[in-house]
Amino acid sequence: MCLAISGKIIKIFDDNTAEIEIGGIIKEVNLDLIPKVKIDDYVLLHAGFAIEIIDQKAALEIFNAWEGRIV
Amino acid sequence: MKYIDEYRDEKIAQSILKEINAISKKKVNLMEVCGTHTVVIFRNGIKKILPKNINLISGPGCPVCVTPISYIDEIIALSKKDNFIITTFGDMIKVPGSTSSLEREKANGADIRIVYSTLDALNIARNNPLKKVVFMGIGFETTSPTIASAILKAKEEKINNFSVLSVAKIMPPAMKSLLDVEEVNIDGFICPGHVSAIIGSDPYNFIASQYKVSCVICGFEPLDILQSIYMLIKQIEEGKAKVEIQYKRVVKPEGNKIALDKIKEVFKVIDSDWRGIGNIFLSGLEIKDKYRQFNARKFEVETEETKEPRGCRCGEVLRGVIIPPECSLFRKVCTPENPLGACMVSTEGTCAAYYKYN
Repeated sequence: MCLAISGKIIKIFDDNTAEIEIGGIIKEVNLDLIPKVKIDDYVLLHAGFAIEIIDQKAALEIFNAWEGRIV
Repeated sequence: MKYIDEYRDEKIAQSILKEINAISKKKVNLMEVCGTHTVVIFRNGIKKILPKNINLISGPGCPVCVTPISYIDEIIALSKKDNFIITTFGDMIKVPGSTSSLEREKANGADIRIVYSTLDALNIARNNPLKKVVFMGIGFETTSPTIASAILKAKEEKINNFSVLSVAKIMPPAMKSLLDVEEVNIDGFICPGHVSAIIGSDPYNFIASQYKVSCVICGFEPLDILQSIYMLIKQIEEGKAKVEIQYKRVVKPEGNKIALDKIKEVFKVIDSDWRGIGNIFLSGLEIKDKYRQFNARKFEVETEETKEPRGCRCGEVLRGVIIPPECSLFRKVCTPENPLGACMVSTEGTCAAYYKYN
């Protein structure tokens, strides 16, 4: 039930909602829990709410750590 | 899709697996607490590719599974009252109560609606001012800020026909309870990533410092799981117990302060009953008196005597004491089409995952 999916912010509205794009699908999300988002940020969506902004630098760490060690 | 596909790379998975094989010597039990992790582990066959000395145990992190039958009975009783609309996440509708389920009551004419978000429930209340709209407030820390947010909005917009029957739960006390009972020897926890997006990593520190059990906060793609297992094995083999974050792209040590503030504003922490585990000290969230008009417990209902399904061993499954095939009902009379226990109802239940993937 703690399922969440990432999507890109494409529009932000005045009422603290936004549109995000998830693999070609557009969904409306509420921004009450992460008000400081910007267009092009990737956020994590859970039950209609964006719950966190994805740290794009930290997202690469796993590849930096393992790509040189590919078997 | 970005942040999904790249975390399913087969070559990197093989590299991590090779490292795990190289460093893993001890026989260890690792518990994945979160039901969403259980599904990822089964769907990707991760249990089967690990060395034999690493045993993954599924824990109590499926909210549907740990919701007590008495609560289901309570919401069923509310659904039978005139002018009530019950709103719920889809997972709950098939969970059997003592003698009925929401699905059966819906078939009998009760107004029960599946929603995707607490905000959908609030909209139903907004559009039906003459009805009392009750939301089934289940979930862990990932979901509780969305419940708090809906209650705050209801107050702000004076949507007074909206209320929540809360059985929201807090995860770390349940992990403590499993360690205190000592039924299963747990060497490391694969900690829930999305719960931790809200609460951060600090609430797990006592597990490492007091119980000397390793913790890694883990993401939800196959590479996340494998890397977390690698990090846990490394800690255990080096004789260390600390809290590490693998899911750094989402989880910060301090969590999401805005979400935590909303939880604190609306809820108070109470002792709570967990199905199959029992009452756990300070492990649940109840709506504060300040917001009592939005607490569905203001409605009085009479519920029947609670009856657990005979022979169901969901409790032992949730505590990691047995695996589903050890229950005599599993796959014979208890199936996803006709579930007797909650662990078979939820798609994230351990029994449902075993049924589908094992």
